[in-house]
Amino acid sequence: MIIRGDEPEQLELLRKLYKPGNYFLQGNEALSYGALFAGCRFYAGYPITPSSEIAETMARELPKLGGYYLQMEDEIGSIAAMVGASWTGFKVMTATSGPGFSLMQENLGYAVMTETPLVLVDVQRSGPSTGQATKGAQGDFFQARWGTHGDHPMVAVSPISGQDAFWEVIRAFNIAERLRTPVVFLFDGVLAHTREQVRIPDVSEVEITYRKLPANEEEAKLPFGDPHGDGVPPMPLFGHGYFTHVTGSTHKENGLRDVYTPEVHDKLVRRIHRKIEKNRDVYESYEERFTDDAEILVVSWGVTARPALGAVIRAREEGIKAGLFVPKTVHPFPGERMRQLGKRVRAVLVPEMNLGQMILEVERHVNDDVLLRGINRIGGVPLTVEEILREIRGVA
Amino acid sequence: MAKEIYSTYPMVKYLRREALPTALCPGCGGGTVLNAFANAVDGLKLDPKDLVVVSGIGCSAWIASPYFLADTLHTTHGRAIAFATGVKVGLPDKKVVVISGDGDLASIGGNHLIHAARRNIDVTVILVNNFIYGMTGGQVAPTTPFGAKTTTSPYRNIEHPLQISETVAAAGASYVARWTTAHVYQLIESIKTALQVKGFSLVEVISQCPVQYGRRNRMKEPAEMLRWFLRNSVPVSKARKMRPEELEGKFVVGEIVRRERPEFTEELNKLVDEVQEHFGLKGE
Ligand SMILES: Cc1ncc(C[n+]2csc(CCOP(=O)(O)OP(=O)(O)O)c2C)c(N)n1
Ligand code: SF4
Repeated sequence: MIIRGDEPEQLELLRKLYKPGNYFLQGNEALSYGALFAGCRFYAGYPITPSSEIAETMARELPKLGGYYLQMEDEIGSIAAMVGASWTGFKVMTATSGPGFSLMQENLGYAVMTETPLVLVDVQRSGPSTGQATKGAQGDFFQARWGTHGDHPMVAVSPISGQDAFWEVIRAFNIAERLRTPVVFLFDGVLAHTREQVRIPDVSEVEITYRKLPANEEEAKLPFGDPHGDGVPPMPLFGHGYFTHVTGSTHKENGLRDVYTPEVHDKLVRRIHRKIEKNRDVYESYEERFTDDAEILVVSWGVTARPALGAVIRAREEGIKAGLFVPKTVHPFPGERMRQLGKRVRAVLVPEMNLGQMILEVERHVNDDVLLRGINRIGGVPLTVEEILREIRGVA
Repeated sequence: MAKEIYSTYPMVKYLRREALPTALCPGCGGGTVLNAFANAVDGLKLDPKDLVVVSGIGCSAWIASPYFLADTLHTTHGRAIAFATGVKVGLPDKKVVVISGDGDLASIGGNHLIHAARRNIDVTVILVNNFIYGMTGGQVAPTTPFGAKTTTSPYRNIEHPLQISETVAAAGASYVARWTTAHVYQLIESIKTALQVKGFSLVEVISQCPVQYGRRNRMKEPAEMLRWFLRNSVPVSKARKMRPEELEGKFVVGEIVRRERPEFTEELNKLVDEVQEHFGLKGE
């Protein structure tokens, strides 16, 4: 069995096509190159602002690497085609934005239930509905976590720059493959369209992981078993004569449907949760600045983490003991670290381009005696350093 | 006794025994479709290892998945063809087959159906048209005949049914045929042809659902429904000479279209080759 894009000549191809060095790239382009370095060789999507440059870059670059770009009839078909392709051994990705992300939710749940690795990029834009179609926002924090129905775990990654998007999307693919799960990549319209310097590394600097394949006939017969105790079943790919049965209905370890036995549902869904909970080391990621002696903590994510850093640096210059905590994997939330930091500080500020979403996760992890305040802006214009600094001064 | 009958059914070698017996009602046309499909696979001497069967949600979706012993992907309602598109691109040398219902493929999944036909991707679709939403309890479908009674058209259906085969033929499929479960041999031959045609192929099977459709429309016995099919079937050649009013309520059976058009996965791979050639990236 092979994972497409894993062939040794692929490394040479990448080297030949993308010379290491500094480039002036849009966030969407940087993200796309990251996906190609991660081994993505199948993309199915439907255009939507502000994500379309990802489709355009993939349509242009994928054939060079022997990969496939499919423009499907809609977003529902796009994620469906990705799941089909993933079961044949492709690393797969799609990119969309608000309304398209909503349409993908049912099949995102299907990917969770069938443990299908894929990366779904949501370039967040202003909503609800068609809202301000061309403007960036951070309003899909909870749609990423709770968008699909039922009890499901979800991993979501969010970068803070174009350069970061390049590396973080590689990490998203690695998580998807390691844990045999869909990963949501929360990008945003501002970073997607910002051009900045991005360094394309040599392929040797990129660490890539692939999904676990069955070691023998025995393992292949249990595509939803847990032979290694880590909650992650080896994935028998289609086309290799294993007669694998895959269904989004509740199934036994051999894949056959059993929707009547409570224990079967309980065991399956709990294992799918467990494989995410127990493998925190695979995906947990955050950045910290000046947190050692911080009295005021700014907690921010994605695009807003950058003015937040600027504000914290300026506050330090003014002698205010401010610090910054940036979850890079936003779901599951790095709650343990948040709790530790929350114990040491007096005030916590949470700037976001929404009316207060991640702040609810922060709130779950800090004590009542901490002063907790959101800094919120909607309308498509990002928060500035000055605005966040003003709020820091206000609680100093 | 019954056990002996099952064990001598030669097609059982194509079935996932641990999933049997099927969940279909006695007298359901789904059994005929499964039998016809297994016979077509057998007739062509296809290795089930070279098959991937995809289905959506509904009684008809169960026909091959889980019962047929191949790689099977049982997907969300309406989306089977889109899933199959991804499978086919990944495994262009395998036969990718979709078996599902009319509600699944032509209502919620109608968009995927016509666009797959337009793309002319080499996927074979066996669409089981029983005029009803069987699994959810007999609600009106886009194929329900004008005037028929269902649980959600209790007085009578005031909508006009979709002519699926004609729509898919117009959208660009390479092969389209329609038969009923009373035309078993023709059906097997058509499935064989569909499996061999390069490009998108659709075999529409008019099938009986005595439990949800027949019971409410004065045909509660499966045989009555089969007689209804036979009485009203008109071969394509004859139908071409008939006026639309004469064809009202009739089932036009036979090959609707058969033609050669460039196929999607072949074109896709050709494109990849050309691009790699152009940029000097072709491996030795
Ligand atoms: C998104 C979604 N909507 C509705 C349903 C409920 N549902 C299940 S099967 C079905 C209809 C199936 O009809 P058809 O495809 O004709 O198959 P049949 O059961 O008649 O063979 C519906 C509406 C669903 N599973 N998912
Ligand atoms: S409800 Fe109708 S379609 Fe479904 S299994 Fe029974 S007879 Fe067949």
